[in-house]
Amino acid sequence: MPGMDAYITGLGQSEVGVRLPRHPLLLTVDAVHEALDDAGLTLSQIDGVFTYPGKMNGYTAFSPVSSDDLIEVLGIRSKWHLGAMEQPAQLSAIAAAAMAVKQGLVRHAICFRTVYEAGGMADPGTYMAGMKQDTVSGPSQWTSPFWATSAACWTAQYAARHMHRYGMTRDQLGQIAINGSKNALRNPRARAITKEELTLDKYMSARMISTPLCLYDCDRFTDAATVVIVSAGDALDEVKTTPVRIAAMSGSVDRYSWDQAEWFAAYETGADLWTRTDYTVKDVDTVQFYDGFAFLPITWLEGLGFCEKGEGGKFIEGGTRIALDGELPMNTFGGQLGAGRLHGFGFAHEAVNQLRGTATGRQIAGDPKVAVATSGGGPMAAALLLARD
Amino acid sequence: MNPPRPRPKLDQENTAFWTGGSEGRLNIVKCGDCGEFTHPPRLLCRHCQSENIAPHAVPGTGVIDSFTVNHQPWARDLEVPYVIARVKLDGAPGVYLTTNIVNCPVDAVDFEDKVRVVFEEQDGIFYPLFERIA
Repeated sequence: MPGMDAYITGLGQSEVGVRLPRHPLLLTVDAVHEALDDAGLTLSQIDGVFTYPGKMNGYTAFSPVSSDDLIEVLGIRSKWHLGAMEQPAQLSAIAAAAMAVKQGLVRHAICFRTVYEAGGMADPGTYMAGMKQDTVSGPSQWTSPFWATSAACWTAQYAARHMHRYGMTRDQLGQIAINGSKNALRNPRARAITKEELTLDKYMSARMISTPLCLYDCDRFTDAATVVIVSAGDALDEVKTTPVRIAAMSGSVDRYSWDQAEWFAAYETGADLWTRTDYTVKDVDTVQFYDGFAFLPITWLEGLGFCEKGEGGKFIEGGTRIALDGELPMNTFGGQLGAGRLHGFGFAHEAVNQLRGTATGRQIAGDPKVAVATSGGGPMAAALLLARD
Repeated sequence: MNPPRPRPKLDQENTAFWTGGSEGRLNIVKCGDCGEFTHPPRLLCRHCQSENIAPHAVPGTGVIDSFTVNHQPWARDLEVPYVIARVKLDGAPGVYLTTNIVNCPVDAVDFEDKVRVVFEEQDGIFYPLFERIA
């Protein structure tokens, strides 16, 4: 069994919204049931639960549900479970499930990411009680004392340097958010997040968060749960969907720091992915790139070799290349900028939808067979190469 | 009036960095064996794993590798805009500090500007901020 392939066989998502009244545990259960129905599986067939980053006590807005919560409330007889933040990035939970499946430990694993950051902000006493700004330790001591409080500030410095060194412009960068808004309008689950198309004029006149990143370059707190089911290659006769193979995965980082590294880990991770497969960058039909900040897809485009380092701005100029009908459709569900801060899992969810041909209302043409889904920024980076055989 | 800066919790690794300003020193951990610098500060050299390391006062000058003009108030009453910069330190190859550029208008700051440290004290913590060298 070791060496057996892992497949994504089920997709589920709860309602996606801002300040949803439904409890995040129930949102998670909603997404699990949708994924089970999708795959044609029952709870009795699930024997693994994987999540990122695991329940964050004191900051449950960020992560309100643990893998053990699901084992308990769903009556799962688990053979392996994991919820951990010390992994390459959000999609590492899916990678870890794939490892368990490849090892023969688990046959069908629920992988989930639940966020309740909008609802949590509205009820900080319940969901953010452990968040203190007055004393800092660990990595945040190197940024927070200078009011570089948010990853927006840290990412902004790298985006600014990219512009300074390579000439990327704001109207090039703006295509990430503009493309996201267009695609989000075709995604029913993005209705609460994107209500109208973002124009370049509106983008260029938006208020700045941290230069060069404006309001539309930053994703928005969202309440949602996203689930994918990872299944073993010898259990595919139990599922009814078209399975999508996890053809390769990578998560390399050379310096675990937001300010000591020359560039982001997307470059190390992107290069590493192609050492683990016979596919090449030319085989990729669509990309779903983490866009918690609009600069991050630039690093993934360059890191994975879709263009040369420094050419990412030119690559997306005008937006036609990455559009739904372009040569490399990107973030076809809207990305996090258009469809909400699902925190990484939305990218795998959409890649599988596109490869199955089930991305209703936004399905790309040409019988797509290969996709890359990524998550992370700064020292965080995880990439999945997904293929329909 | 800005709120107090978040206060680093002092420990064995970071005390020399956060308190060195009391003697006008910008302390970066240097290896006594291989001569390389380790930042953030650790109890061993990240290049050769020697424990023969000590805080070393660097010149306190550097250049702006990158910067952002931050407009979002991340705390109540925080005055914006202000400049956050990644400063490449002189005399400590490979070490960068996230910091603020102070004592000039935000639009005066540029890439490659030469800067020097100015310490801002708050309850025994000496925050290394930087100002442009005219």
